[in-house]
Amino acid sequence: MKHLRQLEDQSVYILREAYKHFDHLAMLWSMGKDSTVLLWLARKAFFGHVPFPLIHIDTSYKIPEMIEYRDRLAREWRLNLVIGQNQEALAQGMNYTKGRVECCTALKTQALKQVMEEKGYTGLILGVRADEEGTRAKERYFSPRDKNSEWDFRDQPPELWDQYKTTFPPGTHIRIHPLLDWTEINIWEYIKLENIPFLESLYLDQGSGTRYRSLGCAPCTFPIQSTAKTVDDIIAELRQSNIAERAGRAQDAGRGMELLRKEGYM
Amino acid sequence: MAQQAQHPSPVHEQMNIVIVGHVDHGKSTLLGRLYADTGSLPEGKLEKIQAICRQQGKEFEYAFLFDAFLEEQQQGITIDTARTFFTWEGRQYIIIDAPGHKEFLKNMVSGAARAEAALLVIDAFEGVKDQSKRHGLLLSMLGVKQVAVVVNKMDLVRYREDVFRGIEKEYGEFLAQLNITPTYVIPASAKEGVNITRAASQMPWYQGPTVLDSLARFQRQTAREDQPLRFPIQDVYKFDARRILVGRLTAGKLTVGDRLVFSPSNKSAHIQTIEAFNVDPPPMHAVAGQSVGITLDEQIFVERGQIATHPESVPLVSTSFRAHVFWLGQRPLEMKRPYLLRLTTRETPCEVIEIHRIVDANNLDDHTTRALVHRNEVADVTLKTKWPIAFDLYADFEATGRFVLVDQYDVSGGGIITAFVHDEQEELRHEARMRESTWITGNVGPEERAQHYGHRAAVVLFTGPDAAAKAFLAKKLESVLVAEGRHAYLLDPLNLRRGLDSDLGDTDTHETVRRFGEVVRLLADTGLLIITSTNAFSSTADHVVQAIHTLVDPVPVITIYMTKSSERLQPDADLVFAGPEDFDERVHEILAFLKRKGILADPLGLRPSFQFSI
Repeated sequence: MKHLRQLEDQSVYILREAYKHFDHLAMLWSMGKDSTVLLWLARKAFFGHVPFPLIHIDTSYKIPEMIEYRDRLAREWRLNLVIGQNQEALAQGMNYTKGRVECCTALKTQALKQVMEEKGYTGLILGVRADEEGTRAKERYFSPRDKNSEWDFRDQPPELWDQYKTTFPPGTHIRIHPLLDWTEINIWEYIKLENIPFLESLYLDQGSGTRYRSLGCAPCTFPIQSTAKTVDDIIAELRQSNIAERAGRAQDAGRGMELLRKEGYM
Repeated sequence: MAQQAQHPSPVHEQMNIVIVGHVDHGKSTLLGRLYADTGSLPEGKLEKIQAICRQQGKEFEYAFLFDAFLEEQQQGITIDTARTFFTWEGRQYIIIDAPGHKEFLKNMVSGAARAEAALLVIDAFEGVKDQSKRHGLLLSMLGVKQVAVVVNKMDLVRYREDVFRGIEKEYGEFLAQLNITPTYVIPASAKEGVNITRAASQMPWYQGPTVLDSLARFQRQTAREDQPLRFPIQDVYKFDARRILVGRLTAGKLTVGDRLVFSPSNKSAHIQTIEAFNVDPPPMHAVAGQSVGITLDEQIFVERGQIATHPESVPLVSTSFRAHVFWLGQRPLEMKRPYLLRLTTRETPCEVIEIHRIVDANNLDDHTTRALVHRNEVADVTLKTKWPIAFDLYADFEATGRFVLVDQYDVSGGGIITAFVHDEQEELRHEARMRESTWITGNVGPEERAQHYGHRAAVVLFTGPDAAAKAFLAKKLESVLVAEGRHAYLLDPLNLRRGLDSDLGDTDTHETVRRFGEVVRLLADTGLLIITSTNAFSSTADHVVQAIHTLVDPVPVITIYMTKSSERLQPDADLVFAGPEDFDERVHEILAFLKRKGILADPLGLRPSFQFSI
């Protein structure tokens, strides 16, 4: 349990740095386990308050339970919810059959750029973790993006001790990653420790022998074979498993994620 | 491609380890081998990479397992730090693979700055190289004291003991100069899997631990908890009725009821509560490493950047110190160029006033000095900050003894403080500290006064050459403020001459300034806006400005530099007024500035929209 408190202390520190340095700050919330833990950590950092808006990038293809859960927590926790959606692309009929990377780019990356531009956010807090996949393993806690939201991983700023990159030229923005040091198991251990409400109907086996390990759009996210019915079951299962967490996420195949993330994908 | 290790035992602690060393000495290979041989790779990962290698007709290397970017695989080098996760015997390791190429030193430093222990890899065939030493030097500066040296590629020297002993001796002597004693020196071959997770039959002369064993024997650093308290204030929140001071303890511990002193302001109060969300009952203690929030029993002025401690162990305060700096900026570090210094949560402009020598990792005794410090160099320098700063020597306290320098938008260097340097404010600072520690207050706090007056206490200080209409503008400002209903008072320093200072002669500048500063401090304590100028002290204006800052701290001092000519500009002032004046416009600018700084609440008469958080 001590290691979870260490992770919590570091994440809370990062969130407070972000809040201090960015006047136009927002947090991305996908209703998945990671960004919900992130939201909970914000409530820890700010003593029950969430002093910035939460952006949900709604591709319109999300699993319906996710939307219901989103609206319920937004009410109960008095969240300032901002919905981002690339309506132009949707009107033109964008969907995954046009190519998964193309679809993610239009409905997620572009939708995010639109909402960032419209609202003028200069700091964006995200729940990415280094252990999810290779490009995320190289992220900084405070990671600059250029005018086109592109990530220059060849020339990342130094990050020394607890001093982060909080000054940046106009027109660019900073992505803030408080969960970088958390693993998938840590997320579940923390959900249990803090008793955080999560999407039980999707993450736990409801009797069909399957459950979701990672949530995304309905057409591109597949459940895994699992009989885990409690958080403890999930933790036990993960300790034994050697299968990558995002194996059920289609856009990760091949070089998909490197190309997506260079151009501003979360 | 999740890189978490699979091990059934529950985790009880976490540790960050960095792998460093000269380029091509086999860091990524070592890491790949460590994961493969402990069964820590995701299913199918090894086979997948092996298949890609066969397709592309290259020989499989363990290093490929973690080189995530296309570019890295093409160049065969790691260009940025990668975190990988690995659990072994109840400890969760974050292993940071740091690039060894000189060009990517800033990435190596970023990786090592997060680590509690390091594996430093040296190629047995090539021996100790330039970056082996530079990385050793940087580890010592970054505070990584536990270092296991891995002499890799022993297969290339046919596992010969004399080769190993030679490197062990050479590098051990180098580390000794940096006050690092390697925890272990391990002969190994990552490529052949020798001494990584399994002891080697090839080297019967070696009885020590394997690389995996050495990880398990690294200690978590808990000593910080036993040090005196260091609690740098990160922010002050007022989301509800509570006024919560937040921050992360970098040393020591605190308990509800403790008396805290804030440096450099010297204000003090007791801890009333420790605030926490979803914790029942609320905590009574906090220790080093924790991010906490506290409330105080008294309203005192506290802001980000101050360091809270117990009264019996306060940090050093000065505007100058000596430090070892490593420079990572594109543009060289130079004297007289403005940088922003960040030490824990405190930020202040600073400059380098002397470069004593460039520290050469290959020859630590060398005393080369130069006017510039280039990228990737380490130098011994003296820094001067614009405002006094609370700090410690790095040898005593890690987190409050180190800092970074920001050049324009970028963190461009880091440093550790090696010595305190006296400055001319020391005596006044001591006086202020003594005075604050015994000051008797009534029941009315500064926040209450501010709510009633519609403004915070502040000093507006006019500076600049004679005959620049300072007195005229000061009078006008006072009139406008009072007409608005603010509590402002014009104090001309000349007024002290015949009264309070009647026992002093013209040469007693120091005492004249001191008394003037103490009078301003008293008036500020009543909650007034004090308007004054340096016109009685024109020859030593900089010194007067600094002295007033020292004596009234933490009340804000707004300096306004006025001159008739448009050439002699004073960059240090908050506002600069040059050339012919439109005085109404100037007053308006000053009011706008005071509002922006949160000194004047707006609009007056209504409930202030600005929540005074003092």
